[in-house]
Amino acid sequence: MPGSLWLVLLFLLPFYTVLSVAFGTVEPFFRTPLPVYQPWYWSFATFSTTLEKFYVSPAIYQPALIRTFTFVFAASLICLIVGYAVAYYAARFAGKYRVLILVLLVAPFWISYLMRIYAWQSLLQPDGYVNAILERLHLISDPVLWLSGKPITVILGLAYGYIPFMILPLYGSLDRIEGSMLEAGRDLGASPSQTFRRVTLPLSKPAILAGLVIVSLPMFGDYYTSNLLGTQRTSMFGNLIDTSVYQAGQGPEAGSLVLILMVIVIVPMLYYLRETRRAAENA
Amino acid sequence: MSDIVMAPSTAAPAKTGIRGWRRNPWRKPRVLQAVTIGYLLWSLIPVVIAVIFSFNAGRSRSTWQGFSLRWWTGDPFDSLFHDPTLRAAMLQTFRLSFLTVLIAVPLGTAFAIGIDRWHGRPARPANFVMLLSFVVPEMILGVSLFLLFTNLFASLVPLGTAAQWLGLTTFQMSYPVIIVRARLLSIGPEYEEAAMDLGAKPGQSIRRVLLPLLSPAILASIAVVFADSVDDFVIVRYLSGPANSEPLSVKIYSAARSSPTPAVNAAATVMLLATMAMIIVGYLVYRRYAKGTGDAGDMASFTQL
Repeated sequence: MPGSLWLVLLFLLPFYTVLSVAFGTVEPFFRTPLPVYQPWYWSFATFSTTLEKFYVSPAIYQPALIRTFTFVFAASLICLIVGYAVAYYAARFAGKYRVLILVLLVAPFWISYLMRIYAWQSLLQPDGYVNAILERLHLISDPVLWLSGKPITVILGLAYGYIPFMILPLYGSLDRIEGSMLEAGRDLGASPSQTFRRVTLPLSKPAILAGLVIVSLPMFGDYYTSNLLGTQRTSMFGNLIDTSVYQAGQGPEAGSLVLILMVIVIVPMLYYLRETRRAAENA
Repeated sequence: MSDIVMAPSTAAPAKTGIRGWRRNPWRKPRVLQAVTIGYLLWSLIPVVIAVIFSFNAGRSRSTWQGFSLRWWTGDPFDSLFHDPTLRAAMLQTFRLSFLTVLIAVPLGTAFAIGIDRWHGRPARPANFVMLLSFVVPEMILGVSLFLLFTNLFASLVPLGTAAQWLGLTTFQMSYPVIIVRARLLSIGPEYEEAAMDLGAKPGQSIRRVLLPLLSPAILASIAVVFADSVDDFVIVRYLSGPANSEPLSVKIYSAARSSPTPAVNAAATVMLLATMAMIIVGYLVYRRYAKGTGDAGDMASFTQL
């Protein structure tokens, strides 16, 4: 099986290298990382200093960590609320426009993330269309500097970027709910909102959780949204890694940060894998 | 009978105001409709505007200054088709995507057949690792590969096209595996068994029976992998070496952080057209080949991986 060999060489081995770099040292003169490949020589000094930057004062990395969790939480929530409404409408009421709506829902999938964020970066310029429209509506009098490190811009950018990944699983699950189930709920005397709360919502719960995981995982590693729509003041975990990767002497620290991120995302990741396997077995 | 059914809907308008409207179970889902239309506009209009601005006559990407082809072909130095760095980037994008398809799709197909037909000990962990590579944040894989190619493989594979190719293939391989495997599950093992009963060797039965049956899935994978490779940015950026190994996506990113001209919009539009064309062709071919097998023509099943 050449495929497995490939995965071992280029997927598992890289992680081992991360460990070796994180637990290795730095070449004293050129400040390039000196990985240590023998686990019995591993030194955990850099790893623990890196870890301490998150909670031991002055915890220089702590703001970014807190920001990451806040942003990811807020953006995922927006994705869920908007995504659920859209998926619900597309699955239940789209009627003859169903195909059209589906195509439009799928389209953002195939537009590069970068281009979509770049498009917003242009619209949010001080002289961009967003300010122009708001001024026309007399909601603001002076141009708003959206790109000057406003958390709301980055949160909306993240939500905008990843919401298609939320809508499709939700649509798939809502579409599979039989109309007869809802009718049964109504016949048994439930009001529309009760039917929704007690029939539709429980039936779509697995898809909600899967959607939340699938949008939040890449957000944890996202650095470009913050870089394009924000400033230093909105930097997230991904930015910490991205800046340390290219800095001389920071190799082991970059490795350590990747490991910490890995630990953060491993639980939702495993949960997602277990759920998809369960769904595949039931199908 | 019809009176009873009609009663609520004729009675509803009598109850005026928000309360009456809220109570009417036959009301049209106006709020949801508004949210959906609003969402679609929100998701697509910025992109449309970005495409339009590639035809801007001025340097700005936020203020419209008239129509021109200046940033596509007109300007002898800064336009997409004349700026040597942008041209190199375009070439690099298509070269990488093509090479990635070339390896990722056959490898992924073989992998899918392997784990599906080998029900055994090695299949499960292999599948698990493959799925892990599918959901792991790209950032983690990108930095890991960067550290791999700068340390362990430093003398073997230099950063640049080769490293990007290997990295992209690793990340993209899961698409063909998932698509082909879904198809394998829906085909079932009966066709191959029939072929072997009729005297075909295992290799023959795969080549002459299974692969033709899998062709829609393989074609769909080619489209998906190509389109996604064109759009890829994180892995390709970490693994890019000299400036001429930076594809369009990386150029757009660096330009967006400094002072972009509408030529960047033009570059992004090229990426958009390439992916869209690939996806549409892939979808049409998939539909054509998959006809009559039950799972034909479902846009959602095509994209919902």
